[in-house]
Amino acid sequence: MRISGSIRRRLFIQLALVAAVLSLAFFLVVRGVAERAAEGTQDDILSASATAIADSLRSEDGRVTLDLPYSALSMLGSINEDRVFYRVVSDGRTLTGYADLPQPNVPPRISTPSVETLTYRGDEIRAVSVTRPVGTGVNAAQVVVTVAQTRQGLAAISRQITATATGIGVGFFLLATALSLWAAGSALAPITRITGSVTRRGPTDLRPVQANAPDELVPLINALNSFMGRLRASLSRTEDFIAEAAHRVRTPLATVRAQAEITHRKLNKPEHKQAIREMIRAIDESSRSAGQMLDHAMVTFRADSLAQDALDLRALMEETCDRLAPTADLKDITIRRDLGPDPVAFTGDGILLQAALQNILDNAIKYSPDDSDITARLTLNGSITLSITDQGRGFGDTNLSDLTTRYMRGANVGDIVGSGLGLTIADEVAKAHGGRLEISPNTKGEGACVSLIFPRA
Amino acid sequence: MRFLLIEDNPKLAGVVAERLQLDGHAVDHAATLSDATDLTAVADYDLILLDIMLPDGDGRDFLERQRQAEKRTPVIVITARSAVSDRVGLLDLGADDYIVKPFDFSELEARVRAVLRRQVGAADNAVTFGETTLDSTKGELRFAGQTVPLRNRELRLLEVFFAAPGQVFSKTHLIDRLFSLSDEASENAIEVYVGRLRKRLEGSGTKIETVRGMGYRMVAR
Repeated sequence: MRISGSIRRRLFIQLALVAAVLSLAFFLVVRGVAERAAEGTQDDILSASATAIADSLRSEDGRVTLDLPYSALSMLGSINEDRVFYRVVSDGRTLTGYADLPQPNVPPRISTPSVETLTYRGDEIRAVSVTRPVGTGVNAAQVVVTVAQTRQGLAAISRQITATATGIGVGFFLLATALSLWAAGSALAPITRITGSVTRRGPTDLRPVQANAPDELVPLINALNSFMGRLRASLSRTEDFIAEAAHRVRTPLATVRAQAEITHRKLNKPEHKQAIREMIRAIDESSRSAGQMLDHAMVTFRADSLAQDALDLRALMEETCDRLAPTADLKDITIRRDLGPDPVAFTGDGILLQAALQNILDNAIKYSPDDSDITARLTLNGSITLSITDQGRGFGDTNLSDLTTRYMRGANVGDIVGSGLGLTIADEVAKAHGGRLEISPNTKGEGACVSLIFPRA
Repeated sequence: MRFLLIEDNPKLAGVVAERLQLDGHAVDHAATLSDATDLTAVADYDLILLDIMLPDGDGRDFLERQRQAEKRTPVIVITARSAVSDRVGLLDLGADDYIVKPFDFSELEARVRAVLRRQVGAADNAVTFGETTLDSTKGELRFAGQTVPLRNRELRLLEVFFAAPGQVFSKTHLIDRLFSLSDEASENAIEVYVGRLRKRLEGSGTKIETVRGMGYRMVAR
């Protein structure tokens, strides 16, 4: 699996980016609107002032006179400590005011004052001009009244507005970021919950997932459930197949074997009897091979999803010995048990462990001479050791590590029926449980000792 | 002994019944679970041999019903499955033992013996010749107030002699009865076991006699 980023992080980053863009837009809009409002107010006052001055223009004997109304300038004083300038120009001649005060480039019309931001004596000023015809007839003159004011007050207001807008924008961004962090987390909560309910299951639990899922996850859950359904069906088909194969192979073999035994009973000539013996040996060999191949299939199949049963290894050993005692008894072999007094707790797959022990003990019985002893021993030290020691022919010159190879049999098996899978099965079971299989010559001379060694929990 | 064999495969059932009859047992055969239920209602059996896969149901259901009805007749299950899982389940359901197809009749016999030995109040399977009694179930010989325990092969050999006292049995015949047909055994082995029997029978009124060139027979001293 390749991990391609985190949905949570991606979701969070995207939400935070949106929040940042919105905050910036908010900041710009607030500042723009506020500044325009402030500027508009100044323009209105300047226009009102200029209009008031223009209204006080009189024409006396063809001369334009002005009685500057005080209120026209005092209304401008309300804004900070900004300086106020004015200039009245009649037909290009300055009547009063600052002669060098620049006028807006656009000449004002009667109805509309012209407004412009200009520079005067090193300061930025806002200038408004109005025009008025004064006098009548030939004496009529176009008088332009310009009133201007520096913009320090406006700049201060602008700074204040900018600071407030920045504060609100940053606050909005932080709040939105925190919310998107929470939103990303809570949007992904169902995924976390479903992951949890799937991971907590045991290895053999293939029931459909029942957790409540949001709409968007339903297809995923359905896919998962259908996959588990297919897996379950395939596993049970495998098990059924193994059982069915065993049944199909073994029932006719059982018939033939019983028939052969009866025939053997009825025949008298030694060569005929010998022929039947050969037949029975062949039947035993094929049934044993079939059995162990099926056992081996079962081990491989179960080892993939190892069951975690709470077991008592001592009881398991005891059961296996009980089970095989009648077989051993047929050869007058005694199974001695040295299992200690206490239960030995172990977590693992009981079926596999029993198959392993049974294969080892069965081997020991097969290769032991009549009237001998087999010892089943359970020792606890750093690890748990289950060992079966016999007085049989041992493994001769065989390389001990080869014995766990599939279909590989000892060098001195002679005429004993076997498939070469018994120790392979035991070895695979041991490995599936984190343990190992150890084969050593019996310390007291003849025979062999096969041990399953498991780590202690 | 009286067996009930529940097995649906007619060929297998036929040969198993025939083989058991050769050893002197009585065998009733049921091919289905309903036949088996009818038979167990009217007759008492020493042992039931039960196949698991049957046409009208699972042998395990029969086993469960038997146990629920408190019928204590021992049951040995004949199974084709080699997966140990099945076996464990069978024993939990109250089967006394199981045997995997194809089976060796001497192994079946050994398992029957072991099951009957565990059974409390099992039928007495003792046979007496003169003053000597052979108890197959307990695996012992009783005479003159003493009890002699026997090992498996000694017991099986004595069973042959006790079944027909005075009859001469050839070494080949005895080998066939004593060793699995898949094992190789020499005639010397029989001499060893006969030697042991003679030791066991010391002090009783019975002895094993060598008939030169023919074999052995059991006679009174």
